[in-house]
Amino acid sequence: MRYRRLLQKTGVLLSAVLVFSVLLALLAYILIRGIPHLRPSLFAWNYTTENLSLLPALVNTVQMVLLTLLIAVPCGVGGAVYLVEYAPRGSRLVKLIRTTAETLSGIPSIVYGLFGYLMFVLACRMGNSLLSGALTLAIMVLPTLLRTTEEALMAVPDSFREGSFGLGAGKLRTVFRIVLPAAMPGISSGIVLAIGRIVGETAALIYTAGTVTGHAQGIMDSGRTLAIHLYCLLNEGLYMDEAYATAVVLLVLVIGINALSNALAKYLVKGR
Amino acid sequence: MQAVFAFTACISVIAVVLICLFLFGNGFPTMGKIGVGKFLFGTTWSPTQEQYGIFPMIVASIFVTAGAILIGVPIGVLCALFLAHYCPKRFYRPLKSAVELLAGIPSIVYGFFGLVVLVPLMQRLLGGSGKGMLTASIMLGIMILPTVINISESALRAVPQSYYEGSVALGADHERSVFSAVLPAARSGILAAVILGIGRAVGETMAVVMVAGNQALLPEKITDGIRTLTANIVLEMGYAADLHREALIACGVVLFVFILLINLCFSALKRRERG
Repeated sequence: MRYRRLLQKTGVLLSAVLVFSVLLALLAYILIRGIPHLRPSLFAWNYTTENLSLLPALVNTVQMVLLTLLIAVPCGVGGAVYLVEYAPRGSRLVKLIRTTAETLSGIPSIVYGLFGYLMFVLACRMGNSLLSGALTLAIMVLPTLLRTTEEALMAVPDSFREGSFGLGAGKLRTVFRIVLPAAMPGISSGIVLAIGRIVGETAALIYTAGTVTGHAQGIMDSGRTLAIHLYCLLNEGLYMDEAYATAVVLLVLVIGINALSNALAKYLVKGR
Repeated sequence: MQAVFAFTACISVIAVVLICLFLFGNGFPTMGKIGVGKFLFGTTWSPTQEQYGIFPMIVASIFVTAGAILIGVPIGVLCALFLAHYCPKRFYRPLKSAVELLAGIPSIVYGFFGLVVLVPLMQRLLGGSGKGMLTASIMLGIMILPTVINISESALRAVPQSYYEGSVALGADHERSVFSAVLPAARSGILAAVILGIGRAVGETMAVVMVAGNQALLPEKITDGIRTLTANIVLEMGYAADLHREALIACGVVLFVFILLINLCFSALKRRERG
């Protein structure tokens, strides 16, 4: 019993130190081992079996992010506008939407991958393509967008809406000209979160977007993203140096996206 | 215009219905074809011999998840206690961003880290291949940390300050107040964190594939190589055909049912908390 206090205190401190050092170890190990392998040939425009360039995968990742956002953002933002601005409080539809969105956010990415394969690749005959992948990912990031936008819209004070109505604006004008612009920082931090998930996604994309090397020629063409590229390199097991370099690029991307989302959050707090 | 907004809001409902339709519509007939008992409780997975028993995979998924919870939850909850009740103000922001970054790192990068650091480490410590149940549990334990930490921390912060103050006023020291007054009051929030952690661990794929060894056999020791449900799908979907492919989809259905059950527990918990 005499040592209870000491035990509890060291337990708490040790855990915090452990969590922090796991992160540091992971970052340090991959960056230190990977940066020396970042050769210029890894960024050649075309992929060959000799240079193992990651640039096509990077370009595909950017295309995948844009295409997914193009599909998911209107749905997520529109849905949140309905839930906050239009829906009658406590209606059964709202409850159903909330429950399904929660269900969606709990589904593992491999199940999304299977579903995307069955529905988009096979049933809709889209084949392995950027579009199949983007549609799958759009459903996957939808709950994130819906929730963050909803929170951002609810944080807009009612006086904004009342002022707009008082000046004679209609509901739609109020939503588009007053409420959405005021909620923009919150919405964009949700979008940044979604981008982070898209960039890092592997399991949902292997069997929807496919693992073809090289640039995707249009949205009906297959192409691997950076995360899949890393998976394929590891699977082949012959190109560890290139895998380290790819992991560095992926990590730097993710850290950058994270920093952006933090900056947005800070801006949001200051703005209030 | 309201109709358009209402439609976009309903997309999540449509998506869930479609996912259920496609997965169950493909999975259940397959289970019928193989035989439900043979599929769920068969211990041999050997597609070349038309043997599709996924019992080893179910056991593996449950074991690594349990391992991940055993490793991740104590560390995560203690770390949340640190963030909520011990952390000096100037360390708070950096630590919090570290946890966020931990949540943002892609699972394939975790898998890579596990493969090049954790596996050789386990090899040296315990011998064998280094890939197996214990390694996968540690990997998943690390990966559920951000979920556990974030949700536990908000649960701890939601406990009224008066609990702590009352305990201190009765003469308890800081540690006793935090551990015996605040922590028990936050238990339903921490339970929610554990449930979400379970969901994340069961569904994790890419990191587990890299470190679990992937033998579709019932494990005998904690260092044995195992194959989870998720790993089974991702490993074989690429070349599977006909009944083999359908069996993999049925495997996904089993996983999906697991997740739905976990979701159900989570919402039941939340309802009880509100009521």
